[in-house]
Amino acid sequence: MSTVIAQIPHVATPPHRGVARTRNLTKTYGSVVALRNVDFELRRGELLALLGPNGAGKTTLVRMLLGQASPDSGRVAVFDADPRNEDMRYRVGAMLQVARVPETLKVREHIDLFSSYYPKPLPIAETLRIAGLEDLKDRRFGELSGGQRQRALFGISICGNPDLLFLDEPTVGLDVEARRLMWTQIRDLVSRGKTVLLTTHYLNEADALADRILVLQHGTIVAEGTPSEIKSRAIGKQVRFSSRLTLDEVRAIPGVLTAAANRQKFELQVQAAEPVVRELLNRDSWLSDLEVTSAGLEEAFLALTQNHHSNGSN
Amino acid sequence: MASTTFPANISVPQRSFWSLVEVFVKEAKYEILKNVRIPIYAISSIVFPLMFYVLFALVLGRGNPVTRSQTATYTLATLGTFGVMGVSLFGFGVSIAMERGQGWLQVKRASPMPLAAYFTAKLVSAMAFSGVIAILLATIGYAFGNVRLAPLQAAGLVGVLIAASIPFGSMGLALGYIARPNSAPPVVNLIYFPMSFCSGLWIPIFLLPHVFQQVARVLPPFHISQLALRAIGMSRDTASIGSHVQALVGFTFLFLGIAVVLYRRDEGQLYG
Repeated sequence: MSTVIAQIPHVATPPHRGVARTRNLTKTYGSVVALRNVDFELRRGELLALLGPNGAGKTTLVRMLLGQASPDSGRVAVFDADPRNEDMRYRVGAMLQVARVPETLKVREHIDLFSSYYPKPLPIAETLRIAGLEDLKDRRFGELSGGQRQRALFGISICGNPDLLFLDEPTVGLDVEARRLMWTQIRDLVSRGKTVLLTTHYLNEADALADRILVLQHGTIVAEGTPSEIKSRAIGKQVRFSSRLTLDEVRAIPGVLTAAANRQKFELQVQAAEPVVRELLNRDSWLSDLEVTSAGLEEAFLALTQNHHSNGSN
Repeated sequence: MASTTFPANISVPQRSFWSLVEVFVKEAKYEILKNVRIPIYAISSIVFPLMFYVLFALVLGRGNPVTRSQTATYTLATLGTFGVMGVSLFGFGVSIAMERGQGWLQVKRASPMPLAAYFTAKLVSAMAFSGVIAILLATIGYAFGNVRLAPLQAAGLVGVLIAASIPFGSMGLALGYIARPNSAPPVVNLIYFPMSFCSGLWIPIFLLPHVFQQVARVLPPFHISQLALRAIGMSRDTASIGSHVQALVGFTFLFLGIAVVLYRRDEGQLYG
């Protein structure tokens, strides 16, 4: 992997404030490394977005925080305990990606059942109201649209009045309107003091909701920061060219966020193109095939995370 | 395992005994409700055994009234075993495998649901459906097949067929883990019919070739059907009740052992 990503310094936090944390967490499935030395901390009352493309390891991380998978090495703690400890679940709610939910039970029945698992659940009417399910409560799950299903799963995740909520891609497959509605509901939870870990592969979703964003790529945290910090890096320009410069020389140029090279063809992610191009031409007057493109938000984000599996050599 | 265990110092409100009972009751209630509302499940698990019974025992039964009544009584036990076997293999084993494969079990396991409540609910549902099958079969046999059972015999038959959910359910559970979630339904189907035949559920075991009679002893449905036949005084097998029960207990532990080992193997895979 010939990509270098500029490091945003980790912000130090007092350890006792962490609701969940991992240290050097590594997990492999066969020959696939799902997570590699992941260190992160979820602070009380914040909404942390775990941002990354499919296969980056987001779901694996959530599953380990839920105690549904064991680490190969490293540590994971939720409420200062091993998440495989059953008691942790009384304080946790989870909205996971699920292919199929029993379809012949009504929304109200699902919520009634899950509420019974928790010692101090929300009143069912309250859960239905928060999740926007009042009009759907007597519908069978199988009769719901995609957005309604997600809301029902959201209702199931909050009905126990948990302190910590895991939302694994809650808006995947939703249309714009349904997504906005879900965002409103998630914001409402955070304003009630809940701690939320949200995974998403939409930068605009993380931007709209999160206090902090972790960018995960190939099982490694490649960036961490506030939405504006992450965005300022993602909204940049892409610069492509051919040059005899080495990758290290190109990386050293101020303003270069990421750099990848395949033989002599380079591809850079930069904040502003002009100073970088000026510096490049200074250093290599034979530079050719220069191309500057302005990536949109999503494209730029993809460039941040999904770079260049094929560009193995430099 | 390089992971370190953190001290467990979570303070949670303790669940009272009655709230735990409530969880078990609700879980079972909704499991049954869920199944009753699936037409294909209700039909295939209840109507098919009844249809087979009407066809083989009543319509195609031959001979004089006495032998016809004996056939109707004998097949009450064997086709009853066939019916409840299907309910447990699919309603318990395959159902768990499917919910595991579809991620629903993981959603439930992320909540504080006691896992025992989940399994108990599936078992209670399978037992309820089995009881319905046994009672309907016996009623049809009484009304149209001239089957005459003493109350104790009838109760024994229904009891055996309900209890059969335990060995059959554990067999379905093990098959679900051996076959992996998505291939569980075809694999169970593939095993269900041949195993029923070899256990003497379609043709009485004493009419099958000797080799079948030997093979049948390693098949759980044979032992269930023998206990059911014993309950209604139709068994020709010389083995004691205790030996059938022992075999079934052995099978149950074997299947549960297989399921536990394979569950551990699968831990952390995409399905839990």
